[in-house]
Amino acid sequence: MFWIIAVITLGSALLMVLNRNIFHSALYMVVTFIGVAATYVTLQADFMAAVQVLVYAGAIAIFVIFGIMLTVRGNMKQTNLFSKSAAVAGLLSLALIVINWFMVFRTEWPVSSAAPPEETVNQIAELMLTKYVVPFEVAAILLLVALLGAVIIAKEVKKTS
Amino acid sequence: MIGLEHYLIFSGTLFCIGLFGALAKRNAIAILMGLEIMLNSVNINLVAFSRYVTTGDLTGQVFAIFVVAVAAAEVAVGLALIVSIYRNRTSVNVEDFDWLKW
Repeated sequence: MFWIIAVITLGSALLMVLNRNIFHSALYMVVTFIGVAATYVTLQADFMAAVQVLVYAGAIAIFVIFGIMLTVRGNMKQTNLFSKSAAVAGLLSLALIVINWFMVFRTEWPVSSAAPPEETVNQIAELMLTKYVVPFEVAAILLLVALLGAVIIAKEVKKTS
Repeated sequence: MIGLEHYLIFSGTLFCIGLFGALAKRNAIAILMGLEIMLNSVNINLVAFSRYVTTGDLTGQVFAIFVVAVAAAEVAVGLALIVSIYRNRTSVNVEDFDWLKW
């Protein structure tokens, strides 16, 4: 099961990066997000999977598609081309993959053999509203400020003179 | 048997694909999409560690939820900036965004 999910997720991520049509890239990005949500399910993180589908495959995908609709014009087939630094970026990414592979297999991970909890929502709620209540409120303020800022930035500026 | 290493390799590879997308694309929205993939792979790492290393303690998942909140804020501000720049320059090509260059 893990292998099917991993192949679908990585394949759609690659197609997203290599596609020349930005709208198709956005659709492959949604497939990648849903694959990541399935990965969370295999990790027994049911609440994270629900958050992933709601926030990423729902809200952020709609945001990105709105952004594409508001900006792109002309030939759709050439809206997502590679820049001059593509070869260097490819080499760097491949090198990072190889380094990551080596480091993961060379390290001794302190894996615990305990069984994972059946449901996670109760414990997450308790942690968020007791131990991590200050970061929780700060995240709420950050979201409010960022969304207000986004509205102000995207609003058309009227010329005063 | 799928273990922690598999998830770490998977998320590392996904991170590198996102990094390639963020570095090698011309369209500013494609760069934002690559950033989202990178943040997602970091979340897989956090959840995998909270499943296999600190089993029963869900601090890693709480942290991942904060990462999701910050990513949502980031993509909102980023797209607002891109739309605003597009209005001035009628371009989303990052190679045209050079008016801070000397």
